[in-house]
Amino acid sequence: MHVATVTGMLQKSFFWTSLFRGLGVTLVVSAISIVLAFIFGIIVGVMRYSKLPVISQVAAVYIDFLRNIPLLLLMFAFFLIGQMQDLTAAVIALTVFTTAVVAEVVRGGLNSIPKGQWEAARSQGMSYIQILRHIVLPQAVTKMIPPMVSQFVTLIKDSAFALQLGVLELSNRASILQANFTTPAQMLMIYAVIAAIYFTINFILSVIARKLQKRLSAGGGTIG
Amino acid sequence: MSVGFSQWFSNIVYMFNLQHWQLFFQVGGLVGLLHGLLFTLEISLLGLLFALILGVIFGVLATSQWKVMRAVARVYVEFFQNTPLMLQAIFIAFGLPIVWPAARHIPLFMVIVIAVSLYHGAYISEAVRAGIQSIHRGQLEASLSQGMTYVQAMRYVVIPQALRVVLPPLTNQAVNLIKNTSIGVAIGFAELMYQAKMYSDMAATGPSFLLAALMYFILCFPLARLAKRLEDKAEVNN
Repeated sequence: MHVATVTGMLQKSFFWTSLFRGLGVTLVVSAISIVLAFIFGIIVGVMRYSKLPVISQVAAVYIDFLRNIPLLLLMFAFFLIGQMQDLTAAVIALTVFTTAVVAEVVRGGLNSIPKGQWEAARSQGMSYIQILRHIVLPQAVTKMIPPMVSQFVTLIKDSAFALQLGVLELSNRASILQANFTTPAQMLMIYAVIAAIYFTINFILSVIARKLQKRLSAGGGTIG
Repeated sequence: MSVGFSQWFSNIVYMFNLQHWQLFFQVGGLVGLLHGLLFTLEISLLGLLFALILGVIFGVLATSQWKVMRAVARVYVEFFQNTPLMLQAIFIAFGLPIVWPAARHIPLFMVIVIAVSLYHGAYISEAVRAGIQSIHRGQLEASLSQGMTYVQAMRYVVIPQALRVVLPPLTNQAVNLIKNTSIGVAIGFAELMYQAKMYSDMAATGPSFLLAALMYFILCFPLARLAKRLEDKAEVNN
């Protein structure tokens, strides 16, 4: 195992399998959390937007509380108080927190649609759900994409907090590899490679988001 | 399944029972958390100050005429916005001292300050850039043509308008910065999250985490409220 050079380290299959396994964990944790937070975020966001006082207030309390405590505290709480496994605790904490952020984004997007559209659609005999589904949400989506994607990028980065629970995700591999490859140059390379992997994923995500937003706002077909 | 659930639920209730609260207070948990809170506050204030300085410098660079300066600002923002704070923090704490032995003397307190200010400085610099770019050049020229000095034009015309764009994201970043000082637990500095974890391990998890959450909430909620009010105000003015 013992090699003292950077090139020696880069030729070890242990180096790469460790990183790829870490990347796999990071991607799985992030992907599940993103999908769940997207779904629940829309639900909570619509609840917050609704005129029904109790429902709207329940959503408001949820959003205000979860946005204002650290994610790391949430992870520890689900892990130690919720008695969950490390991976589950990480996924649930990321989901619960990001749901609150996405909900705010959804509400902001919905609020940006003029109230007149509701009245117009209502006068055409559409139901609340129909209006939301066919008129309001499709327009609001364009406004929601950039902040939502930047939140998902944040989620991928914040999934590194899970190393505190002992999850062997990508960032946690740094200390494992550092124990095996001990020279300063090797250490620098370990961090550089890990940073580069995160950077590539998040950069690609940002580019896709920009394209998506451009396409949607071009074909959105709004009048005003 | 239902037996499992009720067992799970009663375990949670158990963690918050009176004995645990008594134990928590007996070992001085509340005082310990408040000490942590004080550190969290100090780290946050210092971190915010440095993040603001970095944000203004790189935000201004991002709008400069010089291509090289714009590129430098771009690299700074993209690097820190696209890699995890946790990775940056453990690098500064555990990696940097290996390449640069003098870094061993950086106090852990400052490691957190440096990590959160570099990270949030990148976000703030994006806000500052957006603020500057939201002001049309013509406004500065118009102000100068009215006999205002450059400083006057900045003070009375440009900056007040730019602030309207900059302040809401800036306030949100302050909230995120406070929450992110909790990385202290990963590098072993006794800020609030570290203290909460310590009293959870040594006395009682329920009370420790609940009170710590409350303390973070009390710090962050007013700021989050302020951010929303500023956002609404900016929207009305548009």
